[in-house]
Formats: sequence, structure tokens, C-alpha cells
Amino acid sequence: MLSRVADSLYWMSRYLERAEHTVRLLDVNFSMTLDPSSTSEEERWKRVLAALGRPAGLEWNGDFYSLVHALAFDKENPASITACISAARENARQVREEINSEQWQQLNRMYHRVTEGTPEKGHWLDEFSTATLNDLHLFQGATDTSMTHGEGWQFIQIGRSIERATSIAALVDVFEWDAAPENISEGAGSQQFLEWIGLLRCCTAFESYCNVYTADLVQPQILQFLLLNKEFPHSVRYSIDQLRCALLALQEGSGRLVAEELSRVAGRLQASLTFCDISEVMNQGVGSYVRNVSQQCREIHSLIYRDYIKYKVQVALSL
Amino acid sequence: MGTRHGSAYLRNYLLDQAFDEMFEPDGEVRPHYRVLFEIFRSLPEEELMRLKHSADMSFLTQGITFTVYGNEAGTERIFPYDMLPRIITGAEWRHIERGLIQRITALNLFLEDVYNEGRILRDGIIPGEIVYSCPQFRREMRGLRVPRNVYIAVTGTDLLRLNDGSFVVLEDNLRVPSGVSYMLTSRRVMKRAFPQTFRSYGVRPIEHYPQVLLSALRSLAPEGRPEPTIVLLTPGIYNSAYFEHTYLARQMGIELVEGRDLVVHDNVVYMRTTAGLRRVDVIYRRVDGDFVDPLAFRADSILGVAGLFNAYRAGNVTFANALGTGVADDKALYAYVPAIIRYYLKEDEILPNVETFLMTDRTQRQHVLQNLDKLVVKAVSESGGYGMLIGPHSTEEQRVEFRNRIEANPRNYIAQPTLEFSRSPCLMGGKDPSIEPRHVDLRPYILYGDKVTVVPGGLTRVALRKGSLVVNSSQGGGSKDTWVLHD
Repeated sequence: MLSRVADSLYWMSRYLERAEHTVRLLDVNFSMTLDPSSTSEEERWKRVLAALGRPAGLEWNGDFYSLVHALAFDKENPASITACISAARENARQVREEINSEQWQQLNRMYHRVTEGTPEKGHWLDEFSTATLNDLHLFQGATDTSMTHGEGWQFIQIGRSIERATSIAALVDVFEWDAAPENISEGAGSQQFLEWIGLLRCCTAFESYCNVYTADLVQPQILQFLLLNKEFPHSVRYSIDQLRCALLALQEGSGRLVAEELSRVAGRLQASLTFCDISEVMNQGVGSYVRNVSQQCREIHSLIYRDYIKYKVQVALSL
Repeated sequence: MGTRHGSAYLRNYLLDQAFDEMFEPDGEVRPHYRVLFEIFRSLPEEELMRLKHSADMSFLTQGITFTVYGNEAGTERIFPYDMLPRIITGAEWRHIERGLIQRITALNLFLEDVYNEGRILRDGIIPGEIVYSCPQFRREMRGLRVPRNVYIAVTGTDLLRLNDGSFVVLEDNLRVPSGVSYMLTSRRVMKRAFPQTFRSYGVRPIEHYPQVLLSALRSLAPEGRPEPTIVLLTPGIYNSAYFEHTYLARQMGIELVEGRDLVVHDNVVYMRTTAGLRRVDVIYRRVDGDFVDPLAFRADSILGVAGLFNAYRAGNVTFANALGTGVADDKALYAYVPAIIRYYLKEDEILPNVETFLMTDRTQRQHVLQNLDKLVVKAVSESGGYGMLIGPHSTEEQRVEFRNRIEANPRNYIAQPTLEFSRSPCLMGGKDPSIEPRHVDLRPYILYGDKVTVVPGGLTRVALRKGSLVVNSSQGGGSKDTWVLHD
């Protein structure tokens, strides 16, 4: 596969995952402002901005609508959902021959829908989020059922896993873990309880969490679930497992390149998530733990580029 | 018209001296259009508009769009598409096919000749200055042998049908002809929209075009490369024909590469893949020749690959089409094509040319300057309907401008009579749908590998604006499916 094509597929996938994550953050936080909360509106939206990596040029200015508008519809703002979907489509357009018609048509339809105009204030977000999530799921479905699970598909997996792991890590990072009381289940219905539900919902984790732990929202369990759960597709560990699988498949498929260092770094990260105990994480400090995970993801990203995409011609010729 | 055939659709239908593809001059439906005519006449309006809408949507979601230049950056539009197919009988097609094969064979021999011995110039058939002053002549191609001596692997020749029903050649596109994807996708849309009509007609298939193209490209591989790697070189997503590039690459199963994907090392071309560098043998070039190598041609090109031309000269890679083929579709050289056919093939041309006045010739120039309001003036190196003066539709101001331009640089212009060419019925949407005649041309695609092949069909382009003679998509043109019938 052409390196440029791999690059485009990787970014197409990252942008779509980013769009999906942003949709959820907006949707969940918007609905949370409808209930009384210990978190002020300002705190809440600042936290959302922080979880999205503090997009350049965006500040909380007291107006919820303008912020949501900027994050959802503003084509000029590269962090907006619309911009992410446009960027994904732009990447797909560059590799139009690599993805199949179902995928392309689905992505194209979604693009035309989100760019055709800003919905009216008031009754837009719910409709917009639902339609966008549906579209994203359809695209994902088309990708998994109709695209060959070859190299291109693996790059799509890699993009999604890295984006997902880092965005969940960033989201976990903006919450105050160490200060909160350890067990808040007795205060069910209390405001902190709602915040935890919100966090889980942002990761589509609430129902799955309840299946495992019941509706008792306990900090270590929440962390365990979001960071270390082996089976939940939006946990950091699951994402890194997927990433590792895809990297191994890639290495096997492309034969010539050894990518030893990449393999080592990804393996180390996977091992640390697999064999880690949540109390260790909490002792060490949740923030520093998840920041470390993000740092390693960035390192993996650079190594993928070095080995598969932007390699030096001299190096390739000497192999 | 409307009352005669009992159809409200035809209330605005105009028949005059122009050849109408569907109707005889007396208003009778031509035999090969009868079935189609009956079907359309019996379709309720809503049904027709529904089919049209679903066809439009299918173009949009498939991303079958083209980019309009000079508009807001990267505006994507769907290629306007007409639902009524243009039908060509088997006998008409056989004539066209023979004519095209003859013409392309001769033009290819001409290219081989001018880039090698130059016999045709020595024998005085064509004045040397026409060739050497052509901006598309590439000195760098002198003495370079190309595989099988094939210079023009892909051609799209534009034909018009005159009032007497005969076909003439308007121009040969020998550089990077485009539009074939519209031919292929229009067919798919038509088949979906009108399956019964299609079945009852016996239309010759065109779906094998990508395979024929692929085998033509394969046959042009450098010697000693039995399993050649073939790529399609595109300028990238901002090119107006990008959709077509992706479409053809996918249909042929070859890599779609941009200049930045290729590297040249020791005169061998490689592409960068995730598994390292892979050798490239044949480049189906959809980048203009001047841009392929910044070292050999335009230094400001960022679409090309440094060293690519040397690899070509060394015989390690094939370009299709070859470089410098533009010398044979120069609009001034066009006037000599009948002579070229006679010189190399000792035959008369089967498809005639349009009468052409050369501005380099004093008497012809005088004639043209006196008749600017009746003639069409074209810049020899422009295409796509740009740089044209259509006399009868021009203003005094435009004519003065062209007069000055012609006098300043006569080699750069030619003139032709304003042609009355054929019209074909088109479905006009809007509140009150109707069927109206619009001017059409025909661009069949000719492939040249180990032999010359013409896929039965082509792109019928339509000048959708009423009365307009310009069929180019950049200037308000559209397309329709072209059906060549079995007899």
C-alpha cells in the first residue's frame, strides 16, 4: 500500500473518532446542564474544552450557544464536528480508490448532511447528535463488513485506537480523582453521582458499567472500567489491545520492515495496561498515569510515521 | 410538434435545418428512437422527475463531481446529466470506428516520424515551422524510442454531426483526454433507471473499457518487465478530473499515485509503500506533460517527480500517453490531418475535418478578419472551450480584441466556420418539465496498445443552455448516455 494512502486512511479514521467523541461530549454535557449541578456552567464547559485538548481560538465566553456552535458547526474551527467530518472526507477523497463505494457513499452523505447548513438554535443538538452518531456507526459498519481486512483496514484500526485511547485518557484527566469521596453510592441522585454518570456516558460506558458493577458508582471501579477493562471497546486498554493487534498484522503483512522499536513501545504500553492494578494507578496519581499513556501513544504515532510513512529513501534502498 | 405526437413534453420542440437525432425533418420519429420515444411519452411527469432526482442523488452521493475553476476554491458540482440517451445505429458506428482507427493510426505514425526522421517534413507535406513553432513540440523527445512505437495510448476524439447527417472530426485530444468515467457511470445510472428500455434495445456494452485500457497499458511496458507494475499518476484531489482518476484506478486495480509518492533512483522509478519502495514500470499519466518532471520541464511544478524524464529516456518506465503528443492535436496542425492520413496510409480520410483557416496564411487571414462575425476563432493551444470567439454570438468589442490578438500572433489562432451541428432531445426540468432539442457532440475513446480499439460508445456532451454551442462541462455543458446498437 502506498505510504500516502496509509497516512490518509489513518487520519480519516482519527478524524471520525474525534468527531464521534466530540458529539458525545457535547450531547452529554448539554443534557447535564438541564439538571441542577454542583458544577457551574463555566466549570463544565471549561472542562469540556480541556478534555478536547483546548482547541486553539476557543474560550468559554459565558455563552453556551456560541461555544456549542463553534464545536459542532463552525467549519472554520478545525476542532468542530463538521470540520472533523470534512477533514475525514477530504482524506477519504484522496484515497477514493482504496475504500469501497459503500464506505465512500456513507461518508459523503454524512458530509453533505453536516455541511448543508446550521440547524436553528434550540432544537438542534439532539437531532444533530443522533443523526451524526448513526452516520458514524453506519460508516463503521460498512468498513467492518465490506472492506477487506487488509493493510488499509489495519491503518483505520490504528487511527481509531490511538485517537480513542488518547481522548479517553484526556477526558479522565480533567476530572478531580483524588479529592472526591471514594464511595458516593450512598448519595445516589446526588450531584456528584450525576457527574460520574456523565463521564461514563461520554464514553458510552454507563450501561456496560452497570452490567459489570451494577449502578454503584465507585471511583476505583469507574477508573478500572474506563482504563483497564479488557472487553469494553471504549476503555483505554481495549483500544491499546486493538492497536497492538493491528500493528502486529501490519508487520506480518509488510514483511520487509521490522519495526522493532515500534513493536517494543506498543508492547510495553499494552503490558502496563494489562498487568496494572487500579490501586497502583490511584496511588501514583490518576492524572500522571493517563498523561503517561497519552505520551506513549504519541511516541507510537511517531514511530509508525518513521517506519511506514515518512521513511528515508536511503534507508529503504539499503534494506 | 406537441399536438402532433400527443405529448405535452414536446410543446417547445423546435425543428429547423439542424440535424435532429430523434426526429426526421418532417417530424417523424427516426426508427431507432421509436421505442424510447414511446416509453418517455407514456411516463407520467412525476415518475420522470422522480427518476431524474434519484439519478442526480446517485451522482452526488457517489461523489461523481467535477471542480469548476475560476469559481470559489474547489466548488464541486455534479456533472449535469440528461436522462434521454443518444442512440447511434450499428451502421453509423462502423463508419465512425473505421474512421477513428484510421485517424489514430496515422497520427501515431506522424508522431513517431516527427520525433525521429521527420520524413513528412522533408517531403514537404507539412511545413516544418508548423511543427517546430508548436508550443507542444518537445525537443526532448527527439530520438527517443517508445515501446511498440505507440505514442497515443488513449485518445478522445470529438466528433460533430452536420446538417446532412454526416460526422466530422472537430478535434483530437491526444494529451490527457478525460470524461470516460462519465461515459461509464452514466451507463450504470441509465441501466438502473430504465432497465426495461435498456433490455429491449440491444445496446452494445462498454463496461469492459477499464480492462481494455489495462491491457493496452500492460502491452506498453518496458522490455524485460513481464509483470509490470502500472500506476495512474494524478495531480491530486484539486484536479477537475480527480473523480475519474480514482474511478479508473479502482476499476483497473492499479495504484493511484501522486508525484510525491514516486522517487527516482538510478533512473528507476519507485513508489513509496508501507512495505518499502516498489518499482514502477508504466505510468498512465493524467498530469500534463509539462508538469511531470521539474528538472526536465517546468521547474515550478510540484506535481511531478525530479528525474522522471531521465528514467523515461533510459527506457525504464513508459508514459501513456508519451510526452509531446500535443504537437499532433495542435489546432493548426489539425488542418493537415487529411494530408497526414494520405501520406502514411495512402488512403483518403474516412471522417472528414471541419474546414479550417490558418492565420499564418495571408489570404486565409484576410478572409477571416473580414468575416469575424461569422466564424469561430480558436487559440491553438487552449482547450475546454476557453480562449474562443464565437462570431455570431460575439460583441464588437470581443471581435476587436480577437482581431488584435490574431494580428499580434497569427500562429496562435485558427478559424472555422460556425457549425450547425446536430441536436438531441433533452429533458428540461423545472416547474413544467418539457423535452427540448440541445446541441450535442460525441467523444469516443480510442485505445492503442498492441492494436487500436474503440469501445462502442462515448461521451455525448450537451450544450444545456438554450441555443448554446458550447458543450464543455466548465461552460454549462452536460452529458447523456450514448447507446450504440447491435444491428
